[in-house]
Amino acid sequence: MSDETPNPLREQIETAIEENPVLLFMKGTPDQPMCGFSARTVAILQSVGQPFAAVNVLPDPRIRQELSALSNWPTIPQLFIDGELVGGCDIVTEMYESGELQQALGLDNGAPAEAPEPATPEAPPLSIENRL
Amino acid sequence: MAVSGAPATPAELKQRIEAGIPGASAEVTGDGHHFNAVVSAPAFAGLSRIAQHRLVYDVFGAEVGGRIHALSIQTKASTTESIA
Repeated sequence: MSDETPNPLREQIETAIEENPVLLFMKGTPDQPMCGFSARTVAILQSVGQPFAAVNVLPDPRIRQELSALSNWPTIPQLFIDGELVGGCDIVTEMYESGELQQALGLDNGAPAEAPEPATPEAPPLSIENRL
Repeated sequence: MAVSGAPATPAELKQRIEAGIPGASAEVTGDGHHFNAVVSAPAFAGLSRIAQHRLVYDVFGAEVGGRIHALSIQTKASTTESIA
């Protein structure tokens, strides 16, 4: 509740968000996601070919606490682009299907070189199982 | 406010979303831990997705991630054909 005490962990989180243009806070790691929602979000970023930094929130529950207090967002994963919270799995999925995600990432420069499915929002190429 | 011992139900979540967001209508499914809510409300008009989802999460506060283990949300602004 109080923001008065010095809080190195929160500062580290803030710095990570500032320094990484695309940053995913997740449960587990991109290679070994520990939650279906995190897995799905990773798979989407990988499928659009976007390199990203990832922070595993599981090793210390305070990471999640501080992150949620900072971002005013209760759930994990949380994707930040250019220092701004874009959303969790639901929003990232919606944005991916509509092409907004690729736009937000600057991957969509009007030259869909190898865009596989231009307009099939109901057939996302992802069928990651929810392993919760 | 919420009885933390009792398991959450889709009916409870629906009722609380509709009570908590003026004019909202919600369809909620779930198994007591993982829920999916499709919510439309006039209050969503003009808001970013983030802001729309926050309105829904705010109904449940700290229960999301706790008593309500996971809550997937899809939001729609209910368009009443009067957007200026």
